[in-house]
Amino acid sequence: MRRALRFGALLALVLLSVPVLMHAAAALAPDEQLADPVLEARARALSKELRCLVCQNESIDDSNADLARDLRKIVRQRLVAGDSDDAVKRYLVARYGDFVLLDPPVKAKTYALWFGPALVLALGGLGVLVFLRRRGGPTPPAPPPLNAEEQRRLAQLLDPEGRAR
Amino acid sequence: MKRLLTLLPLALFAVLVGFAGLQLAEQRDPHILPSAMIDKPAPAFDLPPLLDDKPGLARTDLAGGPLLVNFFASWCVPCRIEHPILTRIAGEGVRIDGIDYKDKPDDAKRWLAELGDPYRRLAVDRDGRVAIDFGVYGVPETYVIDRTGKIRYRQVGPITPDDLAHTIRPLLAELAK
Repeated sequence: MRRALRFGALLALVLLSVPVLMHAAAALAPDEQLADPVLEARARALSKELRCLVCQNESIDDSNADLARDLRKIVRQRLVAGDSDDAVKRYLVARYGDFVLLDPPVKAKTYALWFGPALVLALGGLGVLVFLRRRGGPTPPAPPPLNAEEQRRLAQLLDPEGRAR
Repeated sequence: MKRLLTLLPLALFAVLVGFAGLQLAEQRDPHILPSAMIDKPAPAFDLPPLLDDKPGLARTDLAGGPLLVNFFASWCVPCRIEHPILTRIAGEGVRIDGIDYKDKPDDAKRWLAELGDPYRRLAVDRDGRVAIDFGVYGVPETYVIDRTGKIRYRQVGPITPDDLAHTIRPLLAELAK
């Protein structure tokens, strides 16, 4: 019992420390941060949407790569210079292409990417629907009740020697 | 019709396998990204020289190409691999302008003294800002600039003999016409 308690306490401690550890994963150094909390918040939000081109599956907010740090700096410089969030993104897209955005933009070239999965799901759903319809179908109408002759024949089949009588 | 419908999942799967197979067969390095700067004019920049006896580099110096702009650094190992190729083609008369990326000037000077200096002009980009304007995300990168100052090709990573023979030389020859 006591052991279980101790184990539980330890587990809770580990679980509680996860958010702290995850927070520590952000690569931003204190000296990079802007004094203005509003601008800094915008910079953080933007950084999370921008891909680190060296590590490719990390945002520049998470990455410790040199280039990511440079890009974080540029994001902040642009914001201080008065750029809107979209203008900052455009600035980076002009240099690095759409790949720098972790969320690819919706445009003709990316329709398959954005709508493909929904289309496949719809097609699959349609297939399942057709399959179920066909198999289940409406129950066929009940056959008419047996007439006297059929009743007699049934009785004979069930009891050919007439023992029951 | 019904028969065909049954085969549909198989056909879809075949398409999927086909895509995967093509990607594998192409041997494409997923780390090499397409450049957003192709067919756009080189960005405006003006960088100071590394050496006393060789000028730095500005966008206006790129006129009269074709030429190569090579981003390198003394701390960059692949640059060392690439260097002999640059030296060779510079000897053949290809114009190569160098930009020393995020490097200590003394290290870069020592590096060039050891390996040779293939560059016509040689500039220093200490904070890597101009590199970002070019869309550089790692050294070495090499840009082919045409006569009008437009970027026509980007090489990510060291120029291999294969890249040189099949991509860069043909492009330079075409641009020189």
